Amino acid sequence: MSATATFRIWRGDTAGGRFQDYTTPVAAGMVVLDAVHRIQAEQANDLAVRWNCKAGRCGSCSAEVNGMPKLMCMTRLDELPLERPVTIEPMQAFPIVKDLVTDVSWNFAVKRRIAPFRPRPPDAPDGTWRMAQADVDRVMEFRKCIECFLCQDVCHVLRDHQRHTEFIGPRYFVHAAALEMHPLDVEDRTEALRREHAIGLCNITKCCTKVCPEQITITDNAIIPLKERVADKAYDPIRAILRMLGA
Amino acid sequence: MAAAEYQTHEHDVLVIGAGGAGLRAAIEASAAGVRVGVVCKSLLGKAHTVMAEGGIAAALANVDDRDSWRVHFADTMRGGQYVNNWRMAQLHAQEAPARVRELEAWGALFDRTPDGRILQRNFGGHAYPRLVHVGDRTGLEMIRTLQDHGVHQGIDVHMECTVIRLLKDGERIAGALAYERERGRFRLFRAGAVILATGGVGRAYRITSNSWEYTGDGHALAYAAGADLIDMEFLQFHPTGMVWPPSVQGILVTEAVRGEGGVLRNKDGRRFMFADIPPLYKNQTADNEDEGWRYTQGDKSARRPPELLTRDHVARCIVRETKEGRGSPHGGVFLDIAWIREKLPRAEAHIKNKLPGMYHQFKQLAGVDITKEPMEVGPTTHYMMGGVRVDAETQMSTVPGLFAAGECAAGLHGANRLGGNSLSDLLVFGQRAGEFAAQFAKQHRAGPVDREEVDAAARAALAPFERRADQDGGGGPFQLQAELQDFMQDLVGIVRREEEMRRALDRIVELKRRAARTTVVGNREYNPGWHTALDLDCLLTVSEAITRAALDRKESRGAHFRDDYPKKDDAAGRVTTVIRKGSGGDMQVAREPLPEPPAELKAIIEELK
Ligand SMILES: Cc1cc2nc3c(=O)[nH]c(=O)nc-3n(C[C@H](O)[C@H](O)[C@H](O)COP(=O)(O)OP(=O)(O)OC[C@H]3O[C@@H](n4cnc5c(N)ncnc54)[C@H](O)[C@@H]3O)c2cc1C
Ligand code: SF4
Ligand code: SF4
Ligand code: FES
Repeated sequence: MSATATFRIWRGDTAGGRFQDYTTPVAAGMVVLDAVHRIQAEQANDLAVRWNCKAGRCGSCSAEVNGMPKLMCMTRLDELPLERPVTIEPMQAFPIVKDLVTDVSWNFAVKRRIAPFRPRPPDAPDGTWRMAQADVDRVMEFRKCIECFLCQDVCHVLRDHQRHTEFIGPRYFVHAAALEMHPLDVEDRTEALRREHAIGLCNITKCCTKVCPEQITITDNAIIPLKERVADKAYDPIRAILRMLGA
Repeated sequence: MAAAEYQTHEHDVLVIGAGGAGLRAAIEASAAGVRVGVVCKSLLGKAHTVMAEGGIAAALANVDDRDSWRVHFADTMRGGQYVNNWRMAQLHAQEAPARVRELEAWGALFDRTPDGRILQRNFGGHAYPRLVHVGDRTGLEMIRTLQDHGVHQGIDVHMECTVIRLLKDGERIAGALAYERERGRFRLFRAGAVILATGGVGRAYRITSNSWEYTGDGHALAYAAGADLIDMEFLQFHPTGMVWPPSVQGILVTEAVRGEGGVLRNKDGRRFMFADIPPLYKNQTADNEDEGWRYTQGDKSARRPPELLTRDHVARCIVRETKEGRGSPHGGVFLDIAWIREKLPRAEAHIKNKLPGMYHQFKQLAGVDITKEPMEVGPTTHYMMGGVRVDAETQMSTVPGLFAAGECAAGLHGANRLGGNSLSDLLVFGQRAGEFAAQFAKQHRAGPVDREEVDAAARAALAPFERRADQDGGGGPFQLQAELQDFMQDLVGIVRREEEMRRALDRIVELKRRAARTTVVGNREYNPGWHTALDLDCLLTVSEAITRAALDRKESRGAHFRDDYPKKDDAAGRVTTVIRKGSGGDMQVAREPLPEPPAELKAIIEELK
């Protein structure tokens, strides 16, 4: 690895901005966030960036590195071509606050619109439930979500078509799937998914799955089964007639 | 500065912090029917609690029916070397199971036993498998459950908003002053009761598992408001942090690795932990490798391997190995879980399944496949046992209306916290703080705040913008913070000495002087340089408190190890070190007698010794 590298970082705010180049020493094992921190400490004290855990667990440090949505703390420099500047810019699907920080508050508002967990009555007299590990494992994948919003960032329905008012985005289909497939949950969210959350707008491009740092198979395991549930519900009357006809 | 410049919010209960303790407190207070506001420095769901890996300690006795609150209580007291607040240890052990079940009722999913109940795993210092967990991401499950439950209860959350001053009306708490990161504007919170749930202090050290948020704000805010701090000399160094590559130094490697059978070896391949087993734990510790392995696999007749001794002890053994030249290439020791291939048929899948986060973390950050090779690990600054002195039942501090819960409160853990006892602490005492703060707020409406005091605090916060860059090199905020971390690491670390700590105090004085002259560039909008400059005040207060308390305790106990007083001292074991602000503004240290446990608890401790 070369001794220094150049980082082309977007600097600016709601009024606009531009890329600025910073050259900084790099060492074995460094990740993009380390370079950003070094630049912040030595060259640009006011460079705005979010982070917390530095271990891919909190989902704070999302940004676009060489055009790819990434967690900066989990992107190693030795995975990137350092002969040319590494570009780092904020997520594009959300309004800018400053530099690498975007306004993701919309996401928190969306979650409030999804019906919360509602359990079946307890299984045992002491108020506890019994669940098989296999049933827990089924939703575990969805519960790994660290709310980094990278999937929201790449989904064209949000990024290109800006349908934020109707469409809840892949993160919240994962959330809805976690609730719908929760072994204890008895709430029914299918009607809301169709009408209020516009699951129909997803055309299964799988871009979200590709960027998820938790490797959640968002499209195949969360969205498609939810779409099937929604479809089953919607066609119920026809099914009922078919059943009556003995088909 | 004109009063109109503050956006003012009124709540009955203001909760500072949105980790497990803060969220649990907010839920409880809100359920009691009062208006609750939560402020936090980061986004919701990103607090430290999200990083907890191993589990929540609660004596559910699902895996081993010999467990009970009594055993959990005795384990906590033994781990804390008997300087814990016995009443907190009792309440914690008694109430943790109910708090865990409640989480499940709110949607949390934990790993299961074959008969469908909550599974529990082994952890250092716990006699029986006691940690409720889900893989190695228990903290995420906990914070997400609390967050989702809380937002549907109508709690107001002010994200990315940092409190810089607590406000009082006479003796009683009246609110807090904060700035929001996004625009840099000030916000004034008025409240009948305030709960501090700000977490730890790890950023005072160079090598730490803690994020930028853990600058001891709650500790420093409470101290400035006149509250007592206790146990500040007890800072936990977790034995296993990553050591290589340098940029990930300090990131935690969960104790669950050892709970699942991982072993520590030096460069000669020796399991050095067998060489030094403290007398207090001799009866409960395996004396051969096979017995240790059987213990991790659930053999109830086996005793635990020495790798699962308390964290303070394991950390010191690792320091000894490296100091004596038996360390790993990058200055740590080896932690090996891959060896279980010799014992288990599908070891690789088993490791990935039980420790997915660790597998991922090492693969991605260090290029190490933990199913095939050993990890390199060394001690990392991890958890603050010391903090705000609180009443065991209500969590109220010595300032009326000011409560504290979670890592920023003190008492439960004594000289050393057992793994898993923090997440349960957050739930048990978060709930209590919420309940009693709501009660207090119902009886006391928010008092008036002193505008002049608010204006002065706001002006002081803006001062770094006004100053002109210093000629004689006061240093920028990041540089000052790094200097502090370096000397705290070197002078007030795992092994302490009088002379070194005196030097640390001198450095603190000098750094305070320079911090008062530091300047920041740019404007008030989302400016990390400015935020770091403000955090520095808290870090300095906390560092001074740690150093003074550590100087005062002339013995070695739990996490506090003095090279010049390497033995435990019975007289010192009967006192608590109290830090408070003197009338002249100087920091004072006092020793106060520890309350004696009642006879029936003493009997439990003796019986289970
Ligand atoms: C990597 C890691 C793994 C761990 N694993 C375990 C484990 O397995 N089991 C266990 O029991 N414990 C574990 N711990 C310890 C445990 O996670 C923490 O002690 C616990 O989460 C602290 O919770 P808290 O609610 O007190 O505070 P935190 O979760 O630390 O939250 C503090 C909150 O306060 C806010 N805050 C701080 N200062 C201010 C301010 N000035 N103004 C406004 N808001 C402020 C922060 O923004 C944050 O929201 C682990 C810790 C780490 C670092
Ligand atoms: S699969 Fe659906 S949700 Fe995912 S990116 Fe494509 S359109 Fe968006
Ligand atoms: S689903 Fe994956 S990409 Fe989307 S927010 Fe969660 S962790 Fe991030
Ligand atoms: S800092 Fe937590 S995910 Fe990157």
